[in-house]
Amino acid sequence: MAERSFAREVQDLRLGAGDEFRGEGILAVTKALLQSGVGYVAGYQGAPISHLMDVLSDAQDILGELGVHFETSASEAAAASTLAASVNYPIRGAVTWKSTAGTNVASDALSNLSSSGVTGGAVIIIGEDYGEGSSIMQERTHAFAMKSQMWLLDPRPNLPSIVKAVEDAFELSEASNTPVMLELRIRACHVHGSFITKDNQKPKYTVREALENPVRDVNRIVLPPASFLHEQDKINKRWPNAVKFIHDRGLNETFAGRHSHLGIILQGGMYNGVIRALQGLGLADVWGNTLVPLHVLNVTYPLVDDDLAAFCAGKQAVLMVEEGAPEYLEQALNTVLRRADINTKIAGKDVLPMGGEYTAGVLSEGLRKFFDRYDSSLLHTPAPSPAKVLASAEVKALATTVPPRPPSFCTGCPERPIFSAMTLAQQELGAHHIAGDIGCHLFALNEPFNIGSSTMGYGLGPSSTSAMQAPGARRAIAVMGDGGFWHNGLLNGIGNAVYNEHDGVVVLVDNYYSAATGGQDILSSRATPVGRSTNHPIEDAVKGVGAKWVRRIDRTYDVGKMLATFREALTTTATGPKIIIASSECMLNRQRREKPLFNAAVKRGERMVKPRFGVDEDVCTGDHACIRISGCPSLSMKPSGDPLKEDPVAAIDNSCVGCGNCGEVSEAAVLCPSFYRADIVSNPTAWDRMLANLRSRVIGWLQARRDSNRLAVAA
Amino acid sequence: MELAQDKPIAVAITAMGGQGGGVLSDWIVAMAEANGWHAQATSVPGVAQRTGATIYYVELIRPVAGKHPVLSLMPVPGDVDVVVAAELMEAGRAIQRGLVSPDKTVLVASTHRSLSMLEKIKPGDGTADSAPVLAAAASQAKRFVGADMQAIAERTGSVISASLFGALAASAALPFPREAFEATIRGAGVGVTASLAAFAGGFDAASGIAATSAEPSPAIPRPVGGNDSQRRQVAALFDRAHAHLPTAAHSLAEAGIARLLDYQDLAYVEEYLHLVERVAAHHPSLAPEAARQIAVAMAYDDVIRVAELKTRASRFDRVRKEIGSTAAQLVDTTEYMHPRVQEICATMPAGLGAFVERSPLLCKLLGALFDHPRRIRTTTLAGFVPLYFVAGLKSRRRTLLRHQREVAHRDAWLAVVESHAPQNPALALEILKCRRLVKGYSDTHSRGSSKFDKVIGALPLLAGRADAADWIRRLRDAALADADGKMLDGAIATVRTL
Repeated sequence: MAERSFAREVQDLRLGAGDEFRGEGILAVTKALLQSGVGYVAGYQGAPISHLMDVLSDAQDILGELGVHFETSASEAAAASTLAASVNYPIRGAVTWKSTAGTNVASDALSNLSSSGVTGGAVIIIGEDYGEGSSIMQERTHAFAMKSQMWLLDPRPNLPSIVKAVEDAFELSEASNTPVMLELRIRACHVHGSFITKDNQKPKYTVREALENPVRDVNRIVLPPASFLHEQDKINKRWPNAVKFIHDRGLNETFAGRHSHLGIILQGGMYNGVIRALQGLGLADVWGNTLVPLHVLNVTYPLVDDDLAAFCAGKQAVLMVEEGAPEYLEQALNTVLRRADINTKIAGKDVLPMGGEYTAGVLSEGLRKFFDRYDSSLLHTPAPSPAKVLASAEVKALATTVPPRPPSFCTGCPERPIFSAMTLAQQELGAHHIAGDIGCHLFALNEPFNIGSSTMGYGLGPSSTSAMQAPGARRAIAVMGDGGFWHNGLLNGIGNAVYNEHDGVVVLVDNYYSAATGGQDILSSRATPVGRSTNHPIEDAVKGVGAKWVRRIDRTYDVGKMLATFREALTTTATGPKIIIASSECMLNRQRREKPLFNAAVKRGERMVKPRFGVDEDVCTGDHACIRISGCPSLSMKPSGDPLKEDPVAAIDNSCVGCGNCGEVSEAAVLCPSFYRADIVSNPTAWDRMLANLRSRVIGWLQARRDSNRLAVAA
Repeated sequence: MELAQDKPIAVAITAMGGQGGGVLSDWIVAMAEANGWHAQATSVPGVAQRTGATIYYVELIRPVAGKHPVLSLMPVPGDVDVVVAAELMEAGRAIQRGLVSPDKTVLVASTHRSLSMLEKIKPGDGTADSAPVLAAAASQAKRFVGADMQAIAERTGSVISASLFGALAASAALPFPREAFEATIRGAGVGVTASLAAFAGGFDAASGIAATSAEPSPAIPRPVGGNDSQRRQVAALFDRAHAHLPTAAHSLAEAGIARLLDYQDLAYVEEYLHLVERVAAHHPSLAPEAARQIAVAMAYDDVIRVAELKTRASRFDRVRKEIGSTAAQLVDTTEYMHPRVQEICATMPAGLGAFVERSPLLCKLLGALFDHPRRIRTTTLAGFVPLYFVAGLKSRRRTLLRHQREVAHRDAWLAVVESHAPQNPALALEILKCRRLVKGYSDTHSRGSSKFDKVIGALPLLAGRADAADWIRRLRDAALADADGKMLDGAIATVRTL
């Protein structure tokens, strides 16, 4: 079960010819796949393409009707390998993941796939996680396309263009026997728009037919001598076929403009930004009319040399708008024009920055520089600019006022107490080398925990401490989530540590989901989704590869127990990796699951108990030690309201879900007695009421007795 | 070819992950489409959706037959028509990003604060100052519509996206009437009644119709409880404070009197006033801080005090109010406590406590018996009665080990204050204020005390310097800036080089 339900969006997948689809870009891709007669879909979740996987997971019945096989791959490598079905059979297949992180993982299979070549259209939907909102290293997928000779589509970021690109991609793949990557940037994946749908197509050739009629072609296998033939085939057939198809079908678009002595060549994904920047300079309008000619590369690899030469011929200068480093396209354009002996000047990374997202402001400034250099007479409209505002004293003063707000653990997150306990363990036993991994647990890097020194990739936390061991030295600690564990970590992390008798500590954060990507189920999930096999304990898996020292904690909120387990793991004389499996359900998903059930039960009149935490403001001294060890968003501060108490006191707001971490922390760290837990009993039973009545009578009498003697000051 | 002059309406929503910025964005899109407009929305939630700062962006344009608009996927700095900020600092961040322009931007912001981690982890008051953000909002936006939208949402049992949507409607920044906004909320079909109430609250607040709250009139303290003679004595103590202390110190002295009367008894208040008057006699500028800090020092947080605060009837009522339980619900309260051997010894008569502390064997025994985390259910008799008994030890407080130590610490501190007061009242004032460093319980208390000792210990290094008071203030600020005292150690190292 994913964090979000796609029940409504699933219905959009049923739209037929002439209907209008309204929704997110990545969901439009899902519909486009079904319209293209895709035979199978696989992938690995991750922003910004998680929703493609999530919506298909919720659409099992539609997929069943069409005979489309869908699976959630164990990793991007598994997803890429799935495309092997299109090598020998004319089945259309699509896979998806976030790039470049996922493409790295997939690249072994992708190299083999593109060497073998494909018969059925093979399309890889790439969520290019680059620029603002990205959570990964800033690299380009473009390099993968070049090294493996796969084609790369980068369509204009509107739904009709994206949908057309999906359809084109399958045809291009089949025309050139080459897998095709379709790149969508973060905002394009999340863009809300509309397009006119077509009927879904049943696959022309199905997985079933392939299984019943197996084909074997030794020339498709990557083994000498075929592998040498593949290389020649790529250069002599597949590439030229692809170039011809792109040219013949006009996949790249040219928009004419009055100022034909200049031109702009751009990646399709840059189109809306470039139009807006031109609009700011008075050179285009909101309907896409432009005064400067544009050549839009909806296919950024391979390039169609003749089309580029034709666009540039006779122009004084062209600007290449290419996001990301290095400037592969600009270099290629230089080669194209040199070979064609065309002397048009090429601007690119000299007026635009080499690296970083091409935001509206960056594009506007780059275009201004380009026109200024080659025809400043075009610059008569000043582009919108925040410069004056940003230079004002009032705005400059904000630099020291507005605090940064990086992402953090959610309210009630079961991972927080793990890091609270780790903080306390380090206070006792000294600072340790701690390796991070990919997942929500990486938020421990930030305040208040400041835990984690490196991250090497998904499921690679433990192996990133491989070298970090010396007899008698403090042990290295590696943190890894259940997502990373099943993706890569079982073998490269645990198996590697067992085999090499690593002396370190591995903390496996088991929150029942691949939580950071949106709460998808994995092998060890406790849910029982139809068509998936779950409930395979991590504990069994690590023992299965030979781990001996394994401790499982089923309630991470027990900070005292977590602390004791860390203490033991860091000091025991046992050899081999010390593995702590810290299990508690992701609170976002748990709330989503339990809250409606709870409210329904209360409505039915059942006795239900809801915990909530609070701080006694007159006991709190305003030292904020609790916040430094907890970091819960719902644990904040408020003015003390007491002239004698100068600092703000801790306070818990209404978003508290009653996880208990703050109380456990104050208890384990011996902080202070300010915290209380209030169990709110809805629909109490007669016995509850009687007992409460009895208690409050006695307690009330004792309280009244003392109150009556108390001399005090009333305000 | 002539270029068209139509421009889309650009709306940026800045929020924190989990605040419902996406809901607001969806509502705007749904409303625009329902009214025949073309809408495009984007976001970059990614990991930021986990409580980090994030942004949603919407463009709206009136469609023209046969044409497709090319809209931006990100806000263009200097070219945004409406910015909706779901928190004050996020409004500040939007201004810093250049999204707010004096010639075009309507800024609709909730003025409440949701404190960032960096603000919360300071041992002192790390709260960022709201004033510069409010000033920038007022000066840089074409129109600034600001109100506490979170409070409105909470009051109506809804979420902030609904009250902000109301404020957006009231701002008239979008070309849709109020009915169109409300129809959108109804159309979404989730929590409609509460959302509409929050919407109306947001609308009114943004229209300047504030729910009027009467300013609380300054209360005149009056004694309650006890007998007539006792009440007369309390009144006399107030009169004495008013007569002997400068006006600037009156309200703090009143608070001090009230606190210490509540904490102990009339004699203790007399002791307090005596000390405050003695310090204030050196220089009137010392009076307010003397009244505050001596009260804090004398009302130290011991187990008796905690037990008393936790067992009061008024506290039971406050808990019910804070957690918002209804009369039909029962509330069971559990306290998280962890008494250590130190606290147990400190609650013994001075001689006995000191004796036990000196005996490792007894300490170990006591530790094994009592030094455990304890969850005390104060709503049951088994939990309430022991705490009630501990609170009852108040009458013996003066004989206990903790009191002896607190008095010694207090007297030593005041001696230092008074040794500097005649020649350098400014320095004496700063030393008085250093008492603020001692707070918290157990380890936190020890760390605070050690910082206090370090700052006081730096006094000889500053002997004879005209700027000694300034230095002590700097050291105190450094001590409050972080928990482990690194800033303070650095500052003291600097003092050593003077």
